[in-house]
Formats: sequence, structure tokens, C-alpha cells
Amino acid sequence: MSVMTIVKAINNALDIKLNEDRNIVIYGEDVGVEGGVFRVTEGLQKKYGADRVFDSPLAESGIVGTALGMAVSGLRPIVELQFDGFTYPAFNQIASNLSRMQNRSRGKFKVPVVIRFPYGGGVNALEHHSDSPEALFAHLPGLKVVIPSTPYDAKGMMISAIESEDPIIFMEPKRIYRAIKQEVPDEKFTLPLGKAKVLKEGTDVTVIAFGAMVRESQKAIAMAEEAGISVELIDLRSIYPIDRETIGNSIRKTGRMVAVAEAHESFSVGSELVAIANEEAFLSLESPPRRVMGYDTIVPLAQGEKYYIISPERIFYEIEKSFKY
Amino acid sequence: MNQNDLPEIFRDFNPLDNKMLRVIDNEGHVIEKNLMPKLSDETIIDVYKQMYYERVADEMAISYQRQGRMFTYTPNLGQEAIHIAAGKIIREDDWLVPAFREMGTLLAKGVTMKDMFLFYLGNEHGGSFKDAKNTLPIAISIGTQFHHATGIAYSIKQQKKNEAVYTFIGDGGTSEGDFSEALNFAGVWQVPVVFTIQNNQYAISVLVKSQTKSINLAVKSVAFGIPGIKVDGNDFFAMYLAYKTASEYALAGKGPVLIEAFTYRLGAHTTSDDPSKYRKKEEEAEWALVDPLIRLERYMRNNNIWNIDVEALREEYKKEIDAQFIDAENNKSYPLEDVFNYMYSDMPQDLLRQKAEYEQFLSWKESRK
Repeated sequence: MSVMTIVKAINNALDIKLNEDRNIVIYGEDVGVEGGVFRVTEGLQKKYGADRVFDSPLAESGIVGTALGMAVSGLRPIVELQFDGFTYPAFNQIASNLSRMQNRSRGKFKVPVVIRFPYGGGVNALEHHSDSPEALFAHLPGLKVVIPSTPYDAKGMMISAIESEDPIIFMEPKRIYRAIKQEVPDEKFTLPLGKAKVLKEGTDVTVIAFGAMVRESQKAIAMAEEAGISVELIDLRSIYPIDRETIGNSIRKTGRMVAVAEAHESFSVGSELVAIANEEAFLSLESPPRRVMGYDTIVPLAQGEKYYIISPERIFYEIEKSFKY
Repeated sequence: MNQNDLPEIFRDFNPLDNKMLRVIDNEGHVIEKNLMPKLSDETIIDVYKQMYYERVADEMAISYQRQGRMFTYTPNLGQEAIHIAAGKIIREDDWLVPAFREMGTLLAKGVTMKDMFLFYLGNEHGGSFKDAKNTLPIAISIGTQFHHATGIAYSIKQQKKNEAVYTFIGDGGTSEGDFSEALNFAGVWQVPVVFTIQNNQYAISVLVKSQTKSINLAVKSVAFGIPGIKVDGNDFFAMYLAYKTASEYALAGKGPVLIEAFTYRLGAHTTSDDPSKYRKKEEEAEWALVDPLIRLERYMRNNNIWNIDVEALREEYKKEIDAQFIDAENNKSYPLEDVFNYMYSDMPQDLLRQKAEYEQFLSWKESRK
């Protein structure tokens, strides 16, 4: 066991897989000598050589498109897109080809590509550095979209993502890259993709969150418990496939659901969770399922971000409203 | 594009021959007498002052960021000759479509340091450049602005206006598809855009040689049938000549031009970046010797027009820039409306609801105090 941050845990997962599988390559902007702008790939070029861990030209569409080519011809590329807002230039390759090649070729070609990128707000960043685009990718058939919230999950989920035969969008909550430290096993382990995790059991309200919002929800739940409300907390972990069973079981028990996420509210993961609450637990519902999410606006720059970022107090307010409905 | 129709410098400094336009050498001696722009002593002194102003403003911005008074900042250090040369040529009606490292040109268009500070303090009003005519906000998504510049140039041509568009990109940006696509569009449409690549050798940590196998970046113009030229970006006079020639070419309706300004990023990519991770101090020191300000000063001293008291000027600028920073720093006003008001011309119901729900939360929060 070693104490790891999310950055260290992902670095460790990449290290283990690079060591184990000669076909794995890692590339993107500044991932080589620099070790990534967040140092997630630090030391890997030195250890595994510049033919396996390297800087590519600055072109996100090119990074993803070439990864598809490598993946159908024997390599297993892990590519980094530098920030959430820089996934948009790659969207064409992701939506037009990466997500479709397996189906288009009737299974002749598998596309084992991992696209990893830091996402989310709360870091006082410039535009294009605070977005949460998980719903854009989850909406595309053919992709799996996963988001860890702890160092332990980050390591196990990254190893599973690399071993998957499908293209994976692996989103890393940059706000808590170094904020959480946890004991993580040094050896290899995997976690099933597609499974949510009940972090805390409760009877009155189900809170569903992922990424950096898990920690904010935990703070809110402490406030709720003080107010006498028993809250069950689910860390979604996988956006697609979504763990309908765990979600349904919990809401049937509590009768109430509050979904917490940073992304824009309309047409979001929160919207999907409300739909699942209705489909799976309609007769158990005591109050309308709620979304606590970002507005349908661009994430404001630092001075305005306080209005956009979801505070524990805001989550508690919604939990209480749902409970008292 | 017929070679014979090209302005002389584009023929004499053909990027296929890997030639670079220089008017003064590193010691500030004129090496191309015929090409030396005819500028009055007063103008040259004024140019030096503008370059120095950008330098001081940059250093102060970095210092405010280090003091924790401002968020991530993108320095311009070492690239001032390019920015001020473009600023001297661009007119009020011309369009400026920036990337994010051409502050001197923004200032020439009427942007103030207060605007810049407000932006880097995290307020969108600073980045709107509302008082700078025909100036787009900075483009963070690399290379995308080249298309916008080309579209504006199409409007100009279609509306028969006497305007040109100036746009910028970094060396890394030339790898983006948008870079090549925009050069192609502009070439096909024959529209008045002056494209500048600020080749400062690094895309964050990645060297130009990892971006391209081209012998230089100006040569990328050749395949698209538009004139291109590689220019010493630390030589103000060479940059001025390139922009003057390009602007005349564009305004005459002859089409787009690509300028590679060969320079060096003396500072970090942003204040979040640590160049010691990927380059040597010796390399930085070597380039510091050919700093565009030093080269211009040498020229001015060689020609007996140097009359600047740098220390006094520094104090004057520091005072003036600090006042603008304090002004920006004191502007704490960021109403909730600013998050919502500029999204649509008429606010959709969902935005009204989301705003109202947040206001209800705020009054609940107030009631709990």
C-alpha cells in the first residue's frame, strides 16, 4: 500500500500497464518530457522510451484519429487531451469514427483506445478549462464514459479502461487531482466499469454524484444528518453504461433522489438520472427527483464562478427540500 | 499566384530557400539598407517606448500573479517587436483577431491594461475589449481564430470595404487542421487577411521540430498558393516592413499573406508553467542577448537617437500600470445577472428558472444566518 493522490494513482496505473503490455503507447500534447501539464504521465517517457510515451503535434483531432488507426492495427493507445474544452476539436473523430468503427466493421475491428482528460471547474481557470462535457460523450453510442472520485477508484478503473476492448472516455476531476490522499495497493487490480458504488447507506434521500461532486455531497450529507435526514450516497463512477440497478434499488428504498453534477442541467446526466428514477421507482417516489447542477450557461471566469460551482450548502438545501416536500 | 506579382521582399526572401528577412543585425547595425523603413527619429523613440510599456506591463502582471492577486497569466516577454510592429500598421477600422499572446497589438487597438487585468482577475468584461473597434476576444482554443479571421475578410471583400484582418497563431497552432483549412479558404477566396505565426519555438514544452518537418513555418503558405515570408521577429524594422508590405498587398485586393515571425518566448507559457522542466537556462540566456528591446536600443545608440532614461520611464509606467491594476482589482462587482445575461438575445425559460431557483437558495441561506 502507498498513499496516493488521483494524479499519482493514474500515473501508477499507466506505469503498471506500460510495463505489462508492449503494445501500449501514450501520447498527446506535453505528455513526454514535461510529463503532462498536471504531471499525470511524469517519468513515463524516461522509463519506457520516446517511442512509447511521446509528445504529438498540437492537433486534438489528429491525436484521436491516429489512435483509432493504431488501435485497429495492434497497438493500444492511451491519449491525453490537455483540457476538457480541448476535446471539442477532437469531437469529429470521436463522434464520426471512434465510437462507430466497431459497429461499422461488424466487429472486425475493435478500438481499444483510452482518451483521458482533466475536467471540471472550481480552479479559477481561463475559458475552456472548466467544462464538464460527460453528457456529450455519453450520448454517443459506442463509447464508455467513466469518472473516478478517489485515488483507489482512479487506479482500478484506469487499469480496467486500458484492458477494455472498447473506446473509453476517462474523465479526471482536476479539482481534486491532489486534494484527496488515500492508501492504494501497489500491485495491479481492476474495478468493473459500469458499476456505481454506494458510499454511504441511508433511508430518507438518495444523493447521486460523481467526480469532484462526491466530496461536496459528503459535506452536504454531514449537514443533513445533523438536521436528522438520513442520506444514501451513490458515487456513479460510470456515466455510460449507467448502473440502473444500484440507482433503482436505492430510490425504491428512500423514495427521494437528488442528482449532483457540475455540467449544464438541460440534457445532462442529471436528466438521465431523473428518467431512471421515474422508470425504476415511480411508485416509491415521495418527492419529485431533483437535479442540482450547473446552469445552461458557459462556466463563468473566476469572479463569477461562485454562482456556478455547487456548494455543499446548496446540495443540503436541495436534500432538505426534497425531504420536506 | 504569379511570382512576378509579388512584392519584392516575398520574392527575395522565399521561404522555400529558407531565407529570413532581417533589416538590423543583433548588434543593431542595418544590414539591408534598401529595406530600412523610413521612420522619423520620433517614431522610433515612440516604438521603443511602446515595446517597453508592454514589457513593464508584462513584468508587473507576472508579479501580481505571484502575489496571489491575479489568476493564471500568459506573458508576452520577448515578442514585443512583433506586437508593436503590427500595432503600428493596423488601423482603427482594420480587424484584429487575436490568439492570446499579442498584448501590444491589443493595446494599439485601444484595449487598456485595466481590461487585461480585469480579464485575468476572472471577469469576462475585461476580455470583451469593448472599446477596441473591430477586435475579437482572445482565442484559447488553439488555431480556431484563423477561420474567423478568414470569414471576416470575406465580409470585407463582399462589402467592398477598405479594411484588412490581422490574426495570430503560435508555432504549435500550425499543427491544427484549422490552420491549414483557413489558409486554403483564404487563398481560394482571395481575401484580405494577414496571418502571423509567432514562432517562439515552444508549444508549452514541445519544440517546433516535434510539430513539423517543414524547413520553416512560412513555407506552409506555398501549398496554398499564397505569399509567405519568414521574418526575424526580434527585429522591429523587419517586422514593420513585413506588415507594411502585407497590408498594402491585402488592401490592394490581392489576397492573404502568411508571415512567420521567428522569435523566442523568454518567459513561461503561462504563470502555471515551469520552463525549467523542458529547457536549459543557457538557451534562455542566449536568446535574452537578442531581446528585441536590446536590439532596438543598440540601433538607436548606433544612430545617436537614444535619449531614453529607462529608469525614469520604468517608474512612470509602473505608476500608471499599477493605478490601472488597482482600478481593476477594486472592481469587485460581478452580479449574478452577468452569468446569464449574455447567453442569448432573449433569455430562454430554463435560464430564468435556474436563476430564480438560485435566488431562492440565496434567500434561504440568508434566512439561516
